Amino acid sequence: MHMAATPHKVSATGGAGSGSSTIVETLAEFARRRKSFWVVLSLAILFTAWEIAGRVPISFAFPTFLETFAALIEMTLDGTLLPAYAITFQPLLIGVAVSAVLGIGLGIAMGLSDKAEWLLAPVFIVLQAAPMAALVPLVTFVYGIGLVAKTLAVIMLALPVIVLNSYKAVRHVNPSLVDMCRSFQGTRLQQIFKIIIPDATPVLFAGLRLGIAAGFIGVMLAELLITPTGIGDLITYHRSIANYAHMYAAVASIIAVSTITLAVLQYVEVRFLRPEKRRK
Amino acid sequence: MANPMPARAAEQSGTATSDAIVEVRDICKRYGDIEALRGINLEFERGKLTTLLGPSGCGKTTLLKIIAGLVPATSGQIRINGKVVTGPGPERAFVFQDFALMPWATVLRNVSFGLELKGVPQAERHRIAKHYISEVGLSGFEEKYPHELSGGMRQRVGIARAFSVNADVLLLDEPFSAVDEQNRRKFQEDLLQLVEKERKTFLFVTHSIEEAVYVSDRIVLLSPRPGRVSQIIEPNIDRSAAPDVIRRDKGYLDVVEEIWQGLRQYAE
Repeated sequence: MHMAATPHKVSATGGAGSGSSTIVETLAEFARRRKSFWVVLSLAILFTAWEIAGRVPISFAFPTFLETFAALIEMTLDGTLLPAYAITFQPLLIGVAVSAVLGIGLGIAMGLSDKAEWLLAPVFIVLQAAPMAALVPLVTFVYGIGLVAKTLAVIMLALPVIVLNSYKAVRHVNPSLVDMCRSFQGTRLQQIFKIIIPDATPVLFAGLRLGIAAGFIGVMLAELLITPTGIGDLITYHRSIANYAHMYAAVASIIAVSTITLAVLQYVEVRFLRPEKRRK
Repeated sequence: MANPMPARAAEQSGTATSDAIVEVRDICKRYGDIEALRGINLEFERGKLTTLLGPSGCGKTTLLKIIAGLVPATSGQIRINGKVVTGPGPERAFVFQDFALMPWATVLRNVSFGLELKGVPQAERHRIAKHYISEVGLSGFEEKYPHELSGGMRQRVGIARAFSVNADVLLLDEPFSAVDEQNRRKFQEDLLQLVEKERKTFLFVTHSIEEAVYVSDRIVLLSPRPGRVSQIIEPNIDRSAAPDVIRRDKGYLDVVEEIWQGLRQYAE
């Protein structure tokens, strides 16, 4: 039935009946087993749609995928992209590091103690609900246009997400495991470090990933709203001179960097912190 | 081989036998307006396996958790070896209905966890843990993670963990309820062997009448809303016989029937 569907393949491979469908079968087998096949397919569909939309064109300001890709290569080679990332990463890394340490710490404290929850939860719930872009100009007003203001913008976006997720992570720890620790006379500290934090790890990391994604939003807001620097500067500059392929290349590259960062974090979590997930 | 008429323990309270390792005195438990347990008085003899049996809502698990010190009683006392206790202690070990295994830890670490909390050095606790892992029939699975095991095997890990801290009293909260029927029977037989070998006191909560009669020296029937002791039955079954013989024995079947008659009024 395979042969009937692809008769031309039979002659192409010299008529050997069994060898004819090997390529198709290998590909089908690969598609069935490997997740990567579907990831590549998904990206291929996206980029093809982009290319077609750019060629129609849907707007004179919308470059094709290939033009954008060429612009990205050009910017990488002529040394504008990497220095821009060096600048963008400063507030991003400081902000995310502060948010991660402070956020996980406060979140765990809120999860463990009702008093800490009552004290802190309202603040972070309001902060998470607030449209932060509206607060960025206030930060500029107080802290100027330097690194401090940009770092604060990152923290304002990343911290509430990390705090609230860490808090939820601790509250959703399996109560039966906590009882188990108590029944074997574990101390409160043993309970926290041997049961609660390990059991909360998957949700803690989910919060961290959301927080880092929010941090990327924060740093882009800062670079677009406060003063154009780094990648934000590349975007603003190329827009101002109608160099749309380069502008899209800068936007696409920050999206790619953000995605890769989150994927690496997930890999680190599974590789080092969830031994039971490693063996499948 | 078995006593055709089960002996009934007339005394439900008071009369202290000298060998009671666990004493339950006037335990009451309220959750807000709901009265879960009313005036429970019980004694559990050293080296015996006693079952708490009753329909859902009779508070049998609550009573077991009060004895374990995991749930505070509203009033009353629990005495272990004559001493009043208010929290968990080294003389008791608990086996959980949902196993309560750490998913991120291997079988070996799960079994040795009670000793890890007490600060026993790693080599020593692993040696003890390996002994009990083989005792419950899980040799070769030391480095597996809980999700790689079947429900029955996971509960064997839970039982090995309870054994490894060398407590006098083992408290088992419906340990086989998440285990399928075939494995449950095998598990009951293995448990009886362990009871024989380890010479510990077992308190066992179940809602299965057959299971209770098969494994117990003594069965405490609880009635619901509020939970009270309604009857105490001693099956007096000769456990030296083969399991298949016991399950077809008239005495065994009579006790099962008698308990069912006592409980059927609570069935919906």
